[in-house]
Amino acid sequence: MNKKTKQKIAFSIFRLLGLLIIGILFWILGFIIYNGIGVISWEFLTAAPTEGMTSGGIFPAIVGTLCLVAGSVIFAFPVGVMSAIYMNEYAGNGWIVRFIRIMTNNLGSIPSIVFGLFGMALFVNTLGFGDSILAGSCTLGLLVLPLIIRTTEEALKAIPNSYRTGSLALGASKIQTIRKVVLPMAFPNIITGLILSIGRVSGETAPILFTVAAYFLPKLPTSIFDQVMALPYHLYVIATSGTDIEASRPIAYGTALVLITIVLLMNLLATTLRRYFGRKVKTN
Amino acid sequence: MKQFRQIAERMAKVMLTLSGGVTSLAILLIIIFLFKEGLGLFNSAAVENGYALCIHSSNPTQQLSPWQIKRIFDWEITDWSEVSEKKGEITPFRLDEIFAMYPEDEFGEDYELLPQKLGETIAQNPNIIAFLPEQYLPNGNQSVKVLPVENINIADFFGGKEWLPTATPSPQFGALPLIMGTLWVSFFAILIALPFGLGVAIYMSELAGTRTRKFLKPTIELLAGIPSVVYGFFGLVVLVPLIQRTLNLPVGETAFAGSLILAIMALPTIITIAEDAMRSTPRAMREASLALGATPWQTIYKVIVPHASSGIMAAVVLGIGRAIGETMAVLMVTGNAAVMLTSLFQSVRTIPATIAAELGEAPAGGAHYQSLFLLGCILFVITMIISASAEFIAKKDHNKGI
Repeated sequence: MNKKTKQKIAFSIFRLLGLLIIGILFWILGFIIYNGIGVISWEFLTAAPTEGMTSGGIFPAIVGTLCLVAGSVIFAFPVGVMSAIYMNEYAGNGWIVRFIRIMTNNLGSIPSIVFGLFGMALFVNTLGFGDSILAGSCTLGLLVLPLIIRTTEEALKAIPNSYRTGSLALGASKIQTIRKVVLPMAFPNIITGLILSIGRVSGETAPILFTVAAYFLPKLPTSIFDQVMALPYHLYVIATSGTDIEASRPIAYGTALVLITIVLLMNLLATTLRRYFGRKVKTN
Repeated sequence: MKQFRQIAERMAKVMLTLSGGVTSLAILLIIIFLFKEGLGLFNSAAVENGYALCIHSSNPTQQLSPWQIKRIFDWEITDWSEVSEKKGEITPFRLDEIFAMYPEDEFGEDYELLPQKLGETIAQNPNIIAFLPEQYLPNGNQSVKVLPVENINIADFFGGKEWLPTATPSPQFGALPLIMGTLWVSFFAILIALPFGLGVAIYMSELAGTRTRKFLKPTIELLAGIPSVVYGFFGLVVLVPLIQRTLNLPVGETAFAGSLILAIMALPTIITIAEDAMRSTPRAMREASLALGATPWQTIYKVIVPHASSGIMAAVVLGIGRAIGETMAVLMVTGNAAVMLTSLFQSVRTIPATIAAELGEAPAGGAHYQSLFLLGCILFVITMIISASAEFIAKKDHNKGI
C-alpha cells in the first residue's frame, strides 16, 4: 500500500470519527427532545407531581433547583472572586500562590460523590443543619468554587498590566485600582464563569443525594432549613425507583428535557457572552 | 478621612487573603472528615453493633475472624476443628430459635427470664455458638463465655471479596470487588474513548477547516455540559436495551454499558486536552517534516503525535479521573451487583455507585456508614494521585519545550 492510500484511509477514519461525535450529541439531544417535547406543557411546569409521581408536573423540583443554584452561588461567587483577586493581584508569584493553585485544582478534581459524603459529615451531621437547602447549597458551593476561581483568574489575567500601572501612577490605591479599573474590565468574563457554574450546579446529583434532596415533597420550601426536590435527583428517582416505572417514563423524559434545557442554555449563554465580549475587548 | 481609607484598605486585604485560603481549607476539612469517619471502621467490632457471640465455657476457641463467623452462620464451616483445637460439629444459634424451644409465657412479662433460658440452652450444648443481643446476655451463668471478636482489619477490607454490609451476624466489608469493578469499568471506558478521542483531536487540529472547527468545538462543549444523570438516563433507556438485544444477554445492565457511557463522558476531556497539545506543535517542526517529503499523515503520526505525547498522556490520565469518580451514570446502567468481575458482560458495581446507593440506608456512625466513608477516602486518594500525575506530566512537557 503506498503512502497516499494510507493517508486517504487514515484521514477518512478521522473524518468519520468527527462526524460520529456530532452524531452522538444529536442522538442524545434528539432522543430526549423527541420524547420529552410532547410532555412539556404549562401544567407540567407549574403543578406538583401526583399519583405516585406518574402524572402531574415538576414544579417543586424546578423551585428546588432554583433554590440550590441561588444558595450555592451566594456562597461561592463572592468567595471565589475574592480568592482569585488575591491570587492574581496580591500574592505575587511565590510558593503560596503555587500552593493555592494546586489546592484549587485538586478541589476541582475531587469526584462529586466525595463532596456528597463530606457535606453529609460536616454540614448535615456535625454542624447540625440536617437535610436542608443550607447544607446542600454549601456542598454545591464548594463544588463550583474551583470553577469560579479559575474563570475569574483567567478574566483578571486577560487585563493588560499597563491599565493597572496607569491607574496606580495616577495616585489610586491598590484597592481603588482593583475596584475601578480591573473589576469593571474583567466583569463580563467573571459573569461568564458565574453562568457556567449555574449550569454546573443545576445538573449535579451526587452531592445533593444526602444533603438536601427529597424523594417526594409537593409543598414548596419556606426556610433554608427545609428539604427540597431537585430536578436531577427527581430524574434519577423516577427513572430508577418510582412506584410504576413504565407509567412515569413520560415524566422522566419531560424532566430530562427541562434539565438539559437549563444546563445547555447556561452553557450557550456563557460561550456567546465570552465570544461577544472577547471581540469587544480586542477591538478597543 | 485618609486614615479611614487606609483601614478600609487593610481590611479588604485581609478579607482577600482569607478567601485565598478557602480552597486549601476545604481540602483540609475534606481530608479530616473523610478519614476521621472512614478510619473509625478499623475500631469497630466485626459483629453487628449491640450484639455478642457466646460459646460454652469448655470451648477452647480464643477468637474468630469476621470471615469465619460469617461462614459458620452460613453453614459453610461446620466443624470446630476448622477454626480451633476443639472437635465437634458446630451448632449456630440465633436469638429467635429460643422462642421455638419454650412457650412464650416462660420468659416472663418483660422477657426478664430470657437471659436465664439462653444460659441454660448454651450450657446444655458444648458445641454451640450463639449470636445474642447484648441486653439479653446470660451474664451470671458459669458455663457461658462471651467470645472476644476481632476488629475489622485493613487486610479484610482491601483483600475481602465479599461486600455484604448488612449481613448478620457478621457484616462483610470486602472492598476488593468494588475497587476492581471501578478500575475495570474505567479502564475499558478509556480503551474505547482514547482511539476515538485521539482521532477527533487529530481531525480538529490538523484536518478540519475553520468552519468545521467552529462547529465541532461547541459540540464538544455541549457534550461536556450534559449532566451525568441525563447520561445515565439515556444509557438506561437506550444503551441498556440495545446491548441486551444485540448481544442477546439476560440483562443489559452490564459493565460494558457502564464503560460505554463513561467513554462518551470522558471524550470531551480527552479531545480538548489532546487537541491543545497537538496544536502546540511548533510550525517549524511540521514544515520541516513536510519539506523532507513526508505526507501529512506521516507528519501527524511521526512528528505531531510524538511531540504531543505527554499532553495525550495527561488527557488519558484526566479522562480516567473523570471516569473513576463518575457516580450517577454508572449507578444507573451497571446493575450494581457487588461481585468480582469475570466478564465485561456482567453486572458490576463501582465505588461511587456503592456510596450513592447505600449511604442513605446506613445509620450514621455505624460500621456500614464508616465503611462507605472509607470507600470515599479511597476515591479521594485515587483522584489526588491522578491529578498529581497529570500535573507532573504537564510539568515534564513544559521542561521539554524549553
